[in-house]
Amino acid sequence: MALLFCLAGPASAAPPDVSKAPAGASACLGCHGASETELPSLNKLSASEIESAMDAFRSGAREATLMNRIAKGFTPDETRALAQWLVTQGRAP
Amino acid sequence: MSLTRRTLLATSAAALAAPALAQAPAKVVVIGGGFAGATAARFLQREGVSVTLVEPNAQYISCPFSNAVLAGLRDLSQQTFTYKAIAAQGITIAQQAATQIDAQARRVTLTDGTVLTYDRLVMAPGIDLNFAGLPGYDEAASTLMPHAWKAGPQTTLLRQQLEAMPDGGAVIISAPANPFRCPPGPYERASLIAWYLKTNKPKSKLLILDAKDAFSKQSLFTAAWKEIYGDMIEWIGLSGGGKVTEVKARENIFVTEFGEHKADVGNVIPPQRAGRIATIAGATDQTGWCPIDPVTFEAKLVPNIHVIGDAAVGGGMPKSAFAANAQAKACAYAVSALLRGDNPAEPKLINTCYSLVKPDYAISVAGVYAPAKGLLADVQGAGGVSVANAPASVRAAEAHYADGWFKTITQEVFG
Repeated sequence: MALLFCLAGPASAAPPDVSKAPAGASACLGCHGASETELPSLNKLSASEIESAMDAFRSGAREATLMNRIAKGFTPDETRALAQWLVTQGRAP
Repeated sequence: MSLTRRTLLATSAAALAAPALAQAPAKVVVIGGGFAGATAARFLQREGVSVTLVEPNAQYISCPFSNAVLAGLRDLSQQTFTYKAIAAQGITIAQQAATQIDAQARRVTLTDGTVLTYDRLVMAPGIDLNFAGLPGYDEAASTLMPHAWKAGPQTTLLRQQLEAMPDGGAVIISAPANPFRCPPGPYERASLIAWYLKTNKPKSKLLILDAKDAFSKQSLFTAAWKEIYGDMIEWIGLSGGGKVTEVKARENIFVTEFGEHKADVGNVIPPQRAGRIATIAGATDQTGWCPIDPVTFEAKLVPNIHVIGDAAVGGGMPKSAFAANAQAKACAYAVSALLRGDNPAEPKLINTCYSLVKPDYAISVAGVYAPAKGLLADVQGAGGVSVANAPASVRAAEAHYADGWFKTITQEVFG
């Protein structure tokens, strides 16, 4: 089907490819979408920026209202995988 | 895609040596166009699945933030979304209710007699109010004592009653036992109604009659009520005689084992269960909810039917819009994998739920969940509620983020 979209579909950013999403990654988009709202969009960040932010939330080095509670649910390996996905297939449309 | 076009593409695809293109896309029917169902439909369609979304209403009215409508802080139009973007994405919308499901033949029958066949079915029927669980309360009684637990005309009715109430009146909210849609919802509602009363009718009182002894974010709500509303809000839990056993709708009376409470405005949040179509499908157990597999969300009681959102049970995830949306994406992945003949990977899910206590003051609960022993269990060490005794700036930041969450999620689901 991907080929068909290339031939016939309009030129637009590819929507999130959930099927390759590592555990937990697609849930991030519920708060962090394509548009900057009161919450930051992740589309502007690099994978390493997302990963280090999550690491800092997890350790408590970075203060947060809520992200510290979420980050503690993910191991460093899981965090790396979801950060990588969020900047590739997971870019919010 | 028409058969002719598909055949044509299949022919040309053969020349391109892409055999997958020769197959008709798998068919999934999604029942219910709320936060769970609409999300599942969109993500499945992006996976190349042919999706029909069965939803009788032309518009969706969001429950999240509808308590702010009761307080006069928002308009119901800000809660209202259409299915236009979902249809434009290439999802077929059947504006009907599903009336029958034949799980063996994989067929769904709609109100007008249309029969849809599916490879897999995703059910997101939300809740039904369990009128049998509260004597004296039914559809007719809800026109006198609104539940407002499905946003729409009921929200408007409760708002109108609050506006009509004289200063010095008594508002009573009854809250059900667990589980039910939006665990912190009754207490956010009490808070925002108290805000309306404090700013418009300050001699009024608000009483919560509760069928349980503990509730979501309890210590944060209780501290905030005292700080902001003084003694305006009173809460009576189960062991204090708070369980409502009957309502007398014509007299606005809540009956408990310990006596009767007469309200000027009575808001009955009744017991709930999975939407009726889930029972018709055979997916509900004796509790009225649908047990699910924590990896695929497939109903434990009936094959090829996946249940997501408020109707599903299976672990610690609360019945929230955020959870429904997160489950829908994990379920879309699992269904897509199963349709390809692959093994779905284990998901990890997140819930985040903000409650407004007043404008610019919100508290939150968060959780991370993973499959364990057949359930979606809390990941230890993660999650929890906002810190106690936080400065006003923290509460204001959470209210600000709650606005952002609503914009983002409604954009993802309906935009």
